[in-house]
Amino acid sequence: MGGVRTAVIGVGQTRHVSARHDVSIAGLVREAAVEALEDAGMDFDDIDAVVVGKAPDTFEGVIMPELYLADALGAVGKPLLRVHTAGSVGGSTAIVAAKLVMSGIHKRVLTVAFEKQSESNATWALTVGGPHSTSLVVGAGGYFAPHIRSYMSRSGAPDHIGVLVALKDRLNALKNPYAHLHEEHITFDSVKDSMMLWDPVRYSETCPSSDGACAMVLTNEAGGDAAAAAGRPPAWVKGTAFRSEPTMFAGRDQVNPQGGQDCAADVFQQAGITDPLHEIDAVEMYVPFSWFEPMWLENLGFAPIGDGWKFVEDGVTQMTGELPVNCSGGVLSSNPIGASGMLRFAEAAMQVRGTAGEHQVDGARTALGHAYGGGSQFFAMWVVGADKP
Amino acid sequence: MTRDVGVIAFAQETAEKDRERNEVEFIIPVVQEAVRQSGMGRHDIGFTISGSCDYLSGGPFTFVQGLDGAGAWPPVRESHVEMDAAWALYEAWVAIQTGEVDSALIYGFGKSSLTDVHQVFTMQSDPYTVTPLWPSLIHLAGLQASTLLESGKADERDLAEVAARSLRDATGNPHAIRKEDVDADTLLARPVTHAPLRDADIFPVTDGACAIVIAADDVAREHCERPAWIRGIDHRIDAPHIGVRDLTESASTRRAGEEAGALQGGFEVAELHAQFSPDELIVREALGLNGDTRINPSGGALGANPLMAAGLIRIGEVASRISSGEIGRGLAHASQGPCLQQNLVCVLEGE
Repeated sequence: MGGVRTAVIGVGQTRHVSARHDVSIAGLVREAAVEALEDAGMDFDDIDAVVVGKAPDTFEGVIMPELYLADALGAVGKPLLRVHTAGSVGGSTAIVAAKLVMSGIHKRVLTVAFEKQSESNATWALTVGGPHSTSLVVGAGGYFAPHIRSYMSRSGAPDHIGVLVALKDRLNALKNPYAHLHEEHITFDSVKDSMMLWDPVRYSETCPSSDGACAMVLTNEAGGDAAAAAGRPPAWVKGTAFRSEPTMFAGRDQVNPQGGQDCAADVFQQAGITDPLHEIDAVEMYVPFSWFEPMWLENLGFAPIGDGWKFVEDGVTQMTGELPVNCSGGVLSSNPIGASGMLRFAEAAMQVRGTAGEHQVDGARTALGHAYGGGSQFFAMWVVGADKP
Repeated sequence: MTRDVGVIAFAQETAEKDRERNEVEFIIPVVQEAVRQSGMGRHDIGFTISGSCDYLSGGPFTFVQGLDGAGAWPPVRESHVEMDAAWALYEAWVAIQTGEVDSALIYGFGKSSLTDVHQVFTMQSDPYTVTPLWPSLIHLAGLQASTLLESGKADERDLAEVAARSLRDATGNPHAIRKEDVDADTLLARPVTHAPLRDADIFPVTDGACAIVIAADDVAREHCERPAWIRGIDHRIDAPHIGVRDLTESASTRRAGEEAGALQGGFEVAELHAQFSPDELIVREALGLNGDTRINPSGGALGANPLMAAGLIRIGEVASRISSGEIGRGLAHASQGPCLQQNLVCVLEGE
């Protein structure tokens, strides 16, 4: 990775819930931004530029809402960018913010991603085809269920793997005060007996619709060193990558997309990682439907092709396992869509800063943040570490 | 320490209410033409980025279909801004500054004719207090124009002079969709449609797309005889609430101009993204442009304004005049948001 060394020195997020009727969109994003600035020991005046990300504007019914949010985010008189790369947007947004520092253009950048899903209805906002065309699926679950069935038939994975992932993530969420879902009485049977929505995806194997925001403050090497000296450990950015591929063409592998493989190979190479399973201490992976955990374990190169589900069954991805995945509870426990990718990136930073609280992985030094979007075609990833690259 | 980055290719496509082509069909020819001009293979270009708006197509993920027009197999390093594509060019410039890539394809596209864009873009405003009143883009521009006229900084004739010059210059631009050999007196005799604005003061609803290739240092020199070098580029935003701004000036344009090194003048040409004729007067003043600089020789946004591409087209128009050897130094400006809220300034030069 070239350019100026870059560090995350502030992280903030809202408590994610179904509907934040007590705040406007501006109030919501400001909560996360202020928390990130306080964490970084900064004020809005210290910030050189702001990068905002969110998923489609149809989710709130506001066109380019960053225009309206300019003063709430302290961006007046500053450069303000708005990123939109589908579900991966929170990750892409963090990467754009990192590049503003890596390039040497800015010293301190605030990045914010959000979704206030209660302003509209995401399932139907995602169901629209082009004008005058009929959508063949309802919501993202309807789109991805065939991919999951294909994975099951290829790998021979048994039906209960999805249940195990959902149970793990929802139990992890009990350790995360910011998580939307806190299901204290959840059991294997309660997940298994929940309503089948899009076969094989059950209700309890599906992400919720959340209102929420996430923010980070990124800075250069001097800023990272200063934070460390002040007792606020930085998370150093060791690699960033994104990849995109077309939605559909004959022969495209939608279960194990090339873009995801290329993106992972790129980010690991930048971070000097040759054996991800053993060199990564914690993963925050974009898993909106339970089965995507074993699918992405293979796509990212953590598990051999066809073996991802065995990692799940063997408990490898539990908090106590060899490769803890989604200790925060992940997208399955909180899903403010536009912010979900940034939450993965921010939670990875929290792990290596040692600030993840009850869901902290002991001694985590290197973590991966992962996000995907569209029809499994947009990928954004970063590797962060406790040690300066 | 910034890397020298030059514009090495530019293509655009515009139409009035195109009923034949969708967005992807607009993107394909401009991307192909820009890639051809660049002399680079599509996959030799290191980074791909676009600017578009879902509310123009009326559905989520316009840019996802758009990617089919740009080509993304094998997978590409790609990003997207929900902004005019001039800001996509800025992000591409940043990516090149990190040293990770040496070149980028940037494209912007939109079919404004699919909707009542002046009305729909009201939804750029505060959703709780302003949008429910449904002031259209024209109403908001009318407020700005009235403020400008009441301040005494300009009069109706100044607006008409801007519109007349733009429409006349548009007659020389094959991509302009509205053009007329007309003078200010003729326009002043026409009806005021949205006081104090006349139709000629308001951008025409335009469909279109634009693509640009930029490259760093030697890569640019190798592929282009005369790259248009980006000597400075910056963008700034003003407060959203028009009541807290002085609408007769554009603080964000001035600040972006300062940061981009644009305020010392010396430009032969300036392409300003003035979507309403008063915008040009306000932006000209913010950037300190005097009579030595020819403004909007393409006819500007009053001749054609394909939203999400039109700001990037301003950069392309200046760059192509530099690459052809016609001029040595030019300035490009892009704008978005109600009443010139967000502005980008780019200084371009030949060798």
